[in-house]
Amino acid sequence: MSSNTDFEPKIIAFVCNWCTYAGADLTGTSRLKYATNVKIVRFPCTGRIDFLLLLKSFAQGADGVIVSGCHPNDCHYTSGNFHARRRWIAFRSVLDLMGVDIRRIQYSWVSAAEGSKWADLVNNTVADIRALGPYAEYQKVADYLEKEGYNEEA
Amino acid sequence: MSKIGVFICHCGENISATVDVERVAREIGGMEGVAHAIDYKYMCSDPGQTFIKEAVKKYGLDGVVVGACSPRMHEPTFRRACAEAGLNPYLCEMANLREHCSWVHEKSEETTEKAIDLVKMLVEKVKKNKPLDSIKVPVTKKALVIGGGIAGIQASLDIANTGHKVILVERDPSIGGHMSQLSETFPTLDCSQCILTPRMVEVAQHPNIKLYTYAELESLEGFIGNFKAKIRLKAKSVNYSTCTGCGACIQKCPVKKIPSEFNAGLGTRTAIYVPFPQAVPNKPVIDRVNCNYYKRGACKICEKTCQVGSIEWDKEDEIITEEVGAVVLATGFDVKGTDFFPEYGYGQYKDVLTGLQFERLASASGPTFGEIRRPSDGAVPKKIVFIACAGSRDPAKGIPYCSKICCMYTAKHAMLYQHKVHDGESTVFYMDIRAGGKNYEEFVRRAIEEDTVNYVRGRVARVYEKNGKLIVKGVDTLLGGEQVEIEADMVVLATAGVANCGSEQLAQKLHVSYDPYHFFAEAHPKLKPVETNTAGIYLAGACQAPKDIPETVGMASGAAVKVAALFSNDELVREPVVAVVNRLAPPLYSTCVGCFMCETACPYNAIEHEEIKGRDGSLIRNSARVNQGLCQGCGTCVAFCRSKSIDIQGYTNEQVYAEVMSLLND
Repeated sequence: MSSNTDFEPKIIAFVCNWCTYAGADLTGTSRLKYATNVKIVRFPCTGRIDFLLLLKSFAQGADGVIVSGCHPNDCHYTSGNFHARRRWIAFRSVLDLMGVDIRRIQYSWVSAAEGSKWADLVNNTVADIRALGPYAEYQKVADYLEKEGYNEEA
Repeated sequence: MSKIGVFICHCGENISATVDVERVAREIGGMEGVAHAIDYKYMCSDPGQTFIKEAVKKYGLDGVVVGACSPRMHEPTFRRACAEAGLNPYLCEMANLREHCSWVHEKSEETTEKAIDLVKMLVEKVKKNKPLDSIKVPVTKKALVIGGGIAGIQASLDIANTGHKVILVERDPSIGGHMSQLSETFPTLDCSQCILTPRMVEVAQHPNIKLYTYAELESLEGFIGNFKAKIRLKAKSVNYSTCTGCGACIQKCPVKKIPSEFNAGLGTRTAIYVPFPQAVPNKPVIDRVNCNYYKRGACKICEKTCQVGSIEWDKEDEIITEEVGAVVLATGFDVKGTDFFPEYGYGQYKDVLTGLQFERLASASGPTFGEIRRPSDGAVPKKIVFIACAGSRDPAKGIPYCSKICCMYTAKHAMLYQHKVHDGESTVFYMDIRAGGKNYEEFVRRAIEEDTVNYVRGRVARVYEKNGKLIVKGVDTLLGGEQVEIEADMVVLATAGVANCGSEQLAQKLHVSYDPYHFFAEAHPKLKPVETNTAGIYLAGACQAPKDIPETVGMASGAAVKVAALFSNDELVREPVVAVVNRLAPPLYSTCVGCFMCETACPYNAIEHEEIKGRDGSLIRNSARVNQGLCQGCGTCVAFCRSKSIDIQGYTNEQVYAEVMSLLND
């Protein structure tokens, strides 16, 4: 894969409050550096993440998405991350079938103690997405659907 | 239009060294709906907070965004400041400009732009925030303690001594648990019953403790501060209010050959029985499975013997309901029997015992009155082999964990044996000696050095009987794997400590999680060892994992403090981050269609069924309702909801979509 140096991907991260958000805080307190492309949206739990948000993100111009929560068995709410994982497994194959580029979704687990893992995750995702280039295809489809009234917003 | 105030913190230089904070404030100030935007050196300081309070009043702000450190650090600080200025605290949000931006990026244009984006995101979120009120729930100041072993006893006494009522439920006819079965306790060798029985009596006599023995929890409903427990009082067949505990019925009972549970099967008991002489309450129950009358309809000798007419043949199980505010689980553990080990004879050799059986042999109140004698022929064993880690630390047996207490009690057993049989020879086969604890290592050294117990590091492959002797075939790994064969008179297995039978069902009744070995799971392995994931339910003792007496007592006191802290409030105040099902005006009432997917998603059983009825009382529809006392705010139900009828306060769909849109819409 050739890397496109001019292209700065827009990446949005959906993370849980208890593990990954705290892990990303630890990256900060440890002063580990990573790329500026990723912006975090905080959720109570990955179980809360409605996967339509991922599609919405792509429709709005995101080039990549990170979803990250607690490791299995570490969920603050016992089982939210298991629900998220199960939903992701199903959703992933549906997206793949639909022709969505699932390489643009990075699903991971980062615990509150894994500050360096978060930095690596961000840097690797940014590098991968940069190599893939802008995700114009999905936006085109989304724009078309919107124009044709398939995706009416309330 | 919204009037949002934005406050950008320099955090000394922590943020301002890499982020152009003035530019952030300037650009955000130009955003739609932002009425006021400033930057300041230390937003969390007194003058910083005063800026916020004054701005809230001066500009009539209806939302505040503080761009500073992590909300995990200072969100409560700034929310409190807003509340003091008269703004609903839940209209204040924080953008994480330090941990997620200035500390992880170099000084650059991009860093400042990211900071602007992060603040924008929260501004858009705050526009959708709604004022929320903390949730208040009343507290019933009465605790339910399940299990009357040392953990339950300690927890009950500690709670009762804070002045609160306690209901102690014990499955067996007496409290005391495993500790009452022990002979001496490590590392001091003081007699277990001598230190335990006074506590048992204290429980029975405490004005704040209501003791239900021979009882089990039937069901538990409700939530923290407001549980409703149904307790099954099993039929004792003896009226305790008239029974004097004279014991005449026990002496006359003709069914005498029932293996005694208290003596771990080594002694016998009658069908009407008191488990042990110091039992609390010291009154008998009839074991209906073994009683001649219940089996064959005839006998009633106990009734004839009883001078006060206390025998109640037709007594049935009774179910009572108690309202409690907190629950302490102290159901303890069990040990594997010798039948679990094919290599050690499947339990068919009478002189292969478990550690618990050896405790009974060594105990002055045991079947041999404290003399170490072989169950098979009553002879004093001259050679005894102790096998540590029988089952424990053995993934092949499904018990990969360390049972923790065996190293110590095996050393104690060997020591007690040497003290009682002076010419005896004892050998301990061990994997490692784990003697972590105050005076524990010294205790083991004493067994080896002063009491000349022969410690052999290695496993025992097989035990079999030959000419009345038990042949123990093991290996000594410290002597280069040399095979060891010992002709022993008795073999004691330090069998693994396992979860008590029925613990899985109990966990499901209480909705607490349990680990793969059916021990109850603590809320956090380090920082919340006595809490469960279900608020208001606490753990004490070996029901959480195998542990020794000091640890159990410490944990029980810890659980009691948690309960006392809970009971120190008349009302519980909770963050209103909970799910809500929407309610609309008639004729729609709610978009919820009552599919109850949310119910399957909820780890806390917080989803209730609600019937929405018209004025005439006719059912309009079934819909979900969230019990705000139970909901912990994970939001898993929100992602599950097909009709988008359930949402979570503080992280509503509207709010998170607004965040996503703000990030990408430029």
